[in-house]
Amino acid sequence: MRLRICCPAILSFSSKTQIFALGLPRTLAMDDARALVTSLRSAYTATPTKLKLIDLYVAYAVITAIVQTLFMAVVGSFPFNAFLSGVLSCVGTAVLAVCLRMQVNKANKEFKDLPPERAFADFVLCNLVLHLVIMNFLG
Amino acid sequence: MERGKKIGSTGVGGGALVSGSGKRAFGTVLAALILCLIGIMAFSIRLFSVIKYESVIHEFDPYFNYRVTKYLTKAGIYEFWNWFDDRTWYPLGRVIGGTVYPGLTITAGTMWWILNAFNIPLSVETVCVFTAPIFSSFAAWATYLLTSEVKGRGAGLTAAALLAMVPSYISRSVAGSYDNEAVAIFALIFTFYLYVKTLNTGSLFYATLNALAYFYMVCSWGGYTFIINLIPMHVLLCIVTGRYSSRLYIAYAPLVILGTLLAALVPVVGFNAVMTSEHFASFLVFVIIHVAALAHYIKRVLSPKQYSTAVSFVITFGMYEPAALIAILAAMVAASPTKGWSGRSLSLLDPTYASKYIPIIASVSEHQPPTWPSYFMDINVLAFLVPAGIIACFLPLSDSSSFVVLYLVTSVYFSGVMVRLMLVLAPAACVLSGIALSEAFAVLTRSIKYQDLSEASLLAAVDSTATLNSTNENEASVKEVKDKAPKRGKKKTVEKEVEKKRKRLLGLPMEASAVGILLLIIMGSFYVVHCVWAAAEAYSAPSIVLTSQTPDGGLHVFDDFREAYAWLNHNTGEDDKVASWWDYGYQTTAMANRTVIVDNNTWNNTHIATVGTAMSSPERQAWEIFQSLDVKYVFVIFGGLVGYPSDDINKFLWMVRIGGGVFPHIREPDYLRDGHYRIDSQATPTMLNCLMYKLSYYRFAEADGKGYDRVRRTEIGKKYFKLNYFEEVFTTQHWMVRIYKLKPPRNLVSAVKSKKRFL
Repeated sequence: MRLRICCPAILSFSSKTQIFALGLPRTLAMDDARALVTSLRSAYTATPTKLKLIDLYVAYAVITAIVQTLFMAVVGSFPFNAFLSGVLSCVGTAVLAVCLRMQVNKANKEFKDLPPERAFADFVLCNLVLHLVIMNFLG
Repeated sequence: MERGKKIGSTGVGGGALVSGSGKRAFGTVLAALILCLIGIMAFSIRLFSVIKYESVIHEFDPYFNYRVTKYLTKAGIYEFWNWFDDRTWYPLGRVIGGTVYPGLTITAGTMWWILNAFNIPLSVETVCVFTAPIFSSFAAWATYLLTSEVKGRGAGLTAAALLAMVPSYISRSVAGSYDNEAVAIFALIFTFYLYVKTLNTGSLFYATLNALAYFYMVCSWGGYTFIINLIPMHVLLCIVTGRYSSRLYIAYAPLVILGTLLAALVPVVGFNAVMTSEHFASFLVFVIIHVAALAHYIKRVLSPKQYSTAVSFVITFGMYEPAALIAILAAMVAASPTKGWSGRSLSLLDPTYASKYIPIIASVSEHQPPTWPSYFMDINVLAFLVPAGIIACFLPLSDSSSFVVLYLVTSVYFSGVMVRLMLVLAPAACVLSGIALSEAFAVLTRSIKYQDLSEASLLAAVDSTATLNSTNENEASVKEVKDKAPKRGKKKTVEKEVEKKRKRLLGLPMEASAVGILLLIIMGSFYVVHCVWAAAEAYSAPSIVLTSQTPDGGLHVFDDFREAYAWLNHNTGEDDKVASWWDYGYQTTAMANRTVIVDNNTWNNTHIATVGTAMSSPERQAWEIFQSLDVKYVFVIFGGLVGYPSDDINKFLWMVRIGGGVFPHIREPDYLRDGHYRIDSQATPTMLNCLMYKLSYYRFAEADGKGYDRVRRTEIGKKYFKLNYFEEVFTTQHWMVRIYKLKPPRNLVSAVKSKKRFL
C-alpha cells in the first residue's frame, strides 16, 4: 500500500522537473546531452585496445544472457536448472571479465603492483571453477 | 627491510640485539607456537564429557546425524544422495538425501574413510564424537586469520585464544555434540576471513576461495542465510558511506554468482537459492553495486561539471524503468502470504511470529529468547570488552573493521531473539574483544617500555613500533617525523616533533600502566576460570546419561534411556512401529533401530498433531488413533519417581496446543484448572482420563504407597486404575521410560458389549 502511494509522488515529481526542463530553452538541454555523449565517446576511444577487447567480451556475454532469458520467456522455464546455469554462466563470465579489466587497467592505482599475468591466471582459475559448477548443475 | 637495517645500525633503544628481519622471524615462530597451543587447548577443553561420562553421542539431533553417517560409511555416497528413509515418519517416510544438510556427515565420513585407509581402525562413533573438538581448533585458527586481517597479529592471537574457550561455542561443540554447528561455525568464520582478505587484497584468487568456503557453509547449516544477507548489507554500507572501490566489486560480485550457483547445487537448498526472499538482498545489492561501479567509472572519465549534468540527466529521465521494476518486484513479494520468507526466517525477524503461528518452533527450548544472565554465562568478560572493541575498530575505520562491527551488531540482534543464536554472536564478540584487549595491552606495554628513553632511541623506537604494529596511524606518523626531519633540517622542530610523538605514544605513567596490565591479566584469568567451569559443569552433560551425587559422596548413574532403547532393540520385532513424542524419534531410530511415527525433524505438523491428540485423548480414542497408524508400542518419559524435570508430563501442554491446533476437539481449557495444568486431586477429569496421565502414572502409587510426584511436588489425583487398551511391557530401573504395548483388537464381540459400542 505504501509503495503505491509513494510511486505517484515520485512520478509526479520527475514529470514536474521534466516539464520544467522542457520549459527551459530545449536547445540547452540537448546541447548538454550532446556534449556529454561526445565527451564519453572520446574518453572511451582513448582506452587501450586490450581493455576494449575485454569490454567487447563482456557485452557479448550479457547479450547472450539476455537472449537466453528471452528464449525462456518464449519456451517456458523447464528444466529450470538448465536455464539458471546458462544465464548464470553468462553473467558469471561477464562479472569475472569486469574484475580482470579492473585489475589490468593501468589507470587503476590500487592494482599498480599486480602483474597482469597474475590477474589473468586468477581469472582463468575462477572461470574454471565457475564452469565446473555449471557443468555439474546443467543436468 | 630498509627499516630493519636502520634499527640494527643505531643500536635500538629497547635492548633487542637481533635485526628487524630476525625479530620478524622470531615473531612468526612464536605466533605459530601459540596457535598450536591454542588449538590443543580448544580441543582439550571440550573433552570433559568424555572424561566424566564416556565417549557417547549427546542429546537428540546428533543421533540422527550419527545414523546418517553410519549409513554413508556403509552404503557409499550415491546411496546416501538417493536415500529414502522408511524407518521414520511412518507411513510417510522421509527423503533424507534432499532434506539434510550434508556438510557435517560428509566431513565426518571423509575423516573416517581417510583414517581407515591408513589402517587406523577408529569406529564411526569415535570419529563422530571427536569431530566437534577438532573443528573447534580449526575455528580458533580461522578466528586468528580473520582478526589479523582486520587489526594485526597480536589481536589475532588474542581473539583465537578467546574463541577457543568461549562457553557459548563450547556448549554446541563438546566432544559428543555431533551437530551441524560443530563444522558450521568454522565454515562461517573461514568464509568471513576469505571475504575480508579479498576485500583487503582485491585478489580474484581469494574471491574464488571465498565462494568455495561459502559452498561449504551452505552444505553445513541453515544459518548460511546469515552470510548471504550480512555481506550484501556490508557492501551496501560501504557504497553508501562512499567507500566503493574496485576491491569491493571483486570481493562481492563473483561471490554472488558463484555462491548462488553453488548454493543451488546443494539438494536441500535447490531452487530456493534464487526464489526465496532470504536471497533477494544479495541480488538487489548486486544490481546496486553495478550501478555504483558504472557511476564510479563515468565519474573518473568525465570532468566534474559534466558529471553533475549527467547525474541530473539520469535523475530526470532514467528513473522510470527502475521504479517500475521495483514496483513489480514489490507486488510479487507482497502477493505471497509470508512475503517469500520461510517460517524459520520470519520467526527470526519478528520474534513474536512463531508463538502466534508456528507453535512447534515456539515450543523448542533453544528457540526462546535469552535472559540477561545467559549473556554473562555464555560470553562472560567479552560482554563488556565488545564496546571497547567497537571503539578500537573506529580508530581507524577500514572496510574490514566496519565489516566486523556490522557482524557484531546484527548477531547481537539475532542472539536476542533466540538463545540458540548466541552461538553466532560468540565469534564476533571474540574478534572485537581480541582487538580491544590487544590494543589495550599495546598501549600499556608501550607506556612502560618507552618511559625513560633518549631522543634518538625514541626515534628508533618509533620506527620499531611502526614495524611491529601494522596500523596505518603509526606509519603515517612515522612518515611525518621522517619527512619533516630532513626537509626542515632544524634541530628545534625535530625536538618538538619528538616531544609530540612521545606524548602521543606514551600517554600513561608507569605505575598506572603496570596496574592496568595486572588488572587485565586478572580479568583474563577470571574468564579462563569461568570457561573451564562452564565446560566442566554446565555444558558437558550428554543428557542421555544422567548422574547425581549419593549422600555418601558416590556417583549414581541414571542410564534409563539406553536401557529402554536396548530393550526395544532386543525384545520387539524388526518391523514394529514405536510411537512417542517427537523429541525421542532420532534416538529411537538410531539406538533402538525401530520405525517411529514422528521425530525431531518436525516437518509435518499434522502428523505431530495426530500423535499429540492421541496422547491427550482418553484411552479408547488414543488406541484407535494408534491402531490406525499401525503402532505396536508406545513409550512415555516419566520423571516423577526420581525428580527428572524434562519428562512428558511437563511437555504435555505442547501436545495439547499442537494437537488442538489441527484437531479442534482438543481444547486446552479442558485440561486447565485455574489456568494451570494440574495432575493432583484438583485436576480436571479430561486431564485425569487422558492417555498421557494414565501411561505415566499406571501403578505409580504402588511404588511408594502414596503416589507422590517429585517433579510436580504433589500426590497424584487418580491413583488406582486399570488400563483396558494398553499393557505395560517394560519400565526402566528408575521408572524414567515406560513402554506399553497396544492390546490387539478383540476377536469375539459379545452381544452386550456390541450394544455399548454402537451407542
